[in-house]
Amino acid sequence: MTATRASVESVSGRACVLRGDDIDTDRIIPARFMKVVTFDSVGEHLFEDDRLAAKGNHALDDDRYEGASILVVDKNFGCGSSREHAPQSLMRFGFNGFIGESFAEIFAGNCTALGLVCATLGEDDLENLMGSVDLDPEQEVRIDVEARTVTSRVGTVACQIPDGTRRQLLEGSWDATGMLLDGAEDVTKTAEALPYVSGF
Amino acid sequence: MGNTPRNLFDKVWEAHRVRELPSGQTQLFIGTHLVHEVTSPQAFAMLRERDLPVRFPNRTFATVDHIIPTDSQVRPLSDELAEAMMTELERNCRDHDIHLFDVASGHQGIVHVIGPEQGITLPGSTIACGDSHTSTHGAFGAIAFGIGTSQVRDVLATQCLAMARLKVRRIETTGKLNPGVYAKDVTLAIIRQLGVNGGVGYAYEYAGPVIDAMSLEERMTVCNMSIEGGARCGYVNPDETTYDYLRGRPYAPQGDAFERAVDWWRSMASEPGAHYDDVVEIDGSAVAPTVTWGINPGQNLGVDEKIPTLHETPDDERASVAEALDYMDLRAGQPILGIPIDVAFIGSCTNGRISDLREAARVARHGQVQPGVRALVVPGSQEVARQAEAEGLDEVFRAHGFQWREPGCSMCLAMNPDKLQGREVCASSSNRNFKGRQGSPSGRTLLMSPAMVAAAAIHGKVVDVREIL
Repeated sequence: MTATRASVESVSGRACVLRGDDIDTDRIIPARFMKVVTFDSVGEHLFEDDRLAAKGNHALDDDRYEGASILVVDKNFGCGSSREHAPQSLMRFGFNGFIGESFAEIFAGNCTALGLVCATLGEDDLENLMGSVDLDPEQEVRIDVEARTVTSRVGTVACQIPDGTRRQLLEGSWDATGMLLDGAEDVTKTAEALPYVSGF
Repeated sequence: MGNTPRNLFDKVWEAHRVRELPSGQTQLFIGTHLVHEVTSPQAFAMLRERDLPVRFPNRTFATVDHIIPTDSQVRPLSDELAEAMMTELERNCRDHDIHLFDVASGHQGIVHVIGPEQGITLPGSTIACGDSHTSTHGAFGAIAFGIGTSQVRDVLATQCLAMARLKVRRIETTGKLNPGVYAKDVTLAIIRQLGVNGGVGYAYEYAGPVIDAMSLEERMTVCNMSIEGGARCGYVNPDETTYDYLRGRPYAPQGDAFERAVDWWRSMASEPGAHYDDVVEIDGSAVAPTVTWGINPGQNLGVDEKIPTLHETPDDERASVAEALDYMDLRAGQPILGIPIDVAFIGSCTNGRISDLREAARVARHGQVQPGVRALVVPGSQEVARQAEAEGLDEVFRAHGFQWREPGCSMCLAMNPDKLQGREVCASSSNRNFKGRQGSPSGRTLLMSPAMVAAAAIHGKVVDVREIL
């Protein structure tokens, strides 16, 4: 009935460092590029205005980071609008994993729904990782979902991934539709017991 | 549970908990699903791909708000992309038997304005919508939150979400608001105090005398901006103000059913002694008319304060403050009063309701929009527009140099032709001052209450509305 999805046990690849707190989803994908009925084109406009304003000095335009699949960010990344166009544009650009000090809640939920991994690190570990990737962008960075660790040239450090999210990723149930459809009978019972659904 | 006093969030969560999922999350029933044209087409497409029906079409309501122009809404819309999105929504609603509040219905408007005014938003319910400002509906004592498009698909297909339980923080207001201070100022003050990510992982319960004294529309303004403080939802316990607002609304229960509903709604409110994961206080008497100066809603000041200097900024915020000063082209230590504006925008799901327009009109009567300033008033819905016109507010605005527009999200996020140009500075009653938010990649936004926007429009700069009222 519903497509079975692959388990996401880890994400690894080269990383790109994008500094700055509170990078909102309007910056990730400006609203004018959401005038579409599919997600097909959103990857082309990732950080479009920030990149234009930076005149070639944006991390995404830095040749050293080309081909990166992990984006390393600061605090409260993805705040603002609930637009899934934000993780969709990041995914279509090539990012499958995000490491940061913290993520906005809706953004993180949207990532999980696409099988993308958001891992948080403490301030010091994050700064060390950023410094290391900055010095050696060729290195492989790995987020291990099962072990909840981030490995880079700095070594292996513990990261946080919420329990439920971790299990969804590992079990391949991050596309929640199938899991939720399985509870159909219980849904009917819950709905019928709610006075406002049954009309008081 | 037994007799342990519980808060509203816990009661609503329990009543809507379908089961625990293998992932450890909760399968939560969503009582009402609100849909708009921007975040839904891909979700409907996924349903088609998987050959799934909409599980509860009668608990799903749609409208068009983000892309709709506010000058002419005649079809076909002149913007082909907007017309395509509109057509897609119409098709999806028709195919799945979902009620669409379109322009022809006379009840179209911003999704967070029409849900409440139609009586669709009810206390004790769960509400989801592919829009982060869904937190607005918490003003009724609903647990309401924004979701992404994959979750829109989940709710369409199953009327449920997989969610981890949130913690609850009670925000206890004290004192009383001074004249010229509005709900918008309170919510900005809360975000300033707790930070733009202070609410991550929490539902906010707004309480105390300042909230109790607010109208339902003012409570909506406060709950609306919960997400700007990082909290996915915020709510106010239902009380007589709530029931009075709902009585007689088209989709609210009618007659005897309404009285039974009130009993249930009352039973869902937080009880004295209920547990909270955190409690913070905010003194309403100390809140001044507030204006943002930076690039996130937490970067705000009382109108008589000065923009912070890097010297007085905590280390971990210096980079953000420096970035904001640079983008806004403002000087550290500069007063916020007197900053010139080019555009004034009154509207949005935060402040596009009738009470907002009344307050703005009250200020507008004191002058004329400054030459060179473009001032737009965009009602939140067709109902709001009709009410305003019945009261003659449209005439007041026009006579004082404001443009009176058709309903929609308009310049809050500029997905329609209402946009800032270049480096324009906009005094805005909306909710986000992010870089580029209002349609120009270099445009600048100063968030404030609708009354303060009207005052800025007639003076061409940021002024203290208390000196006008």
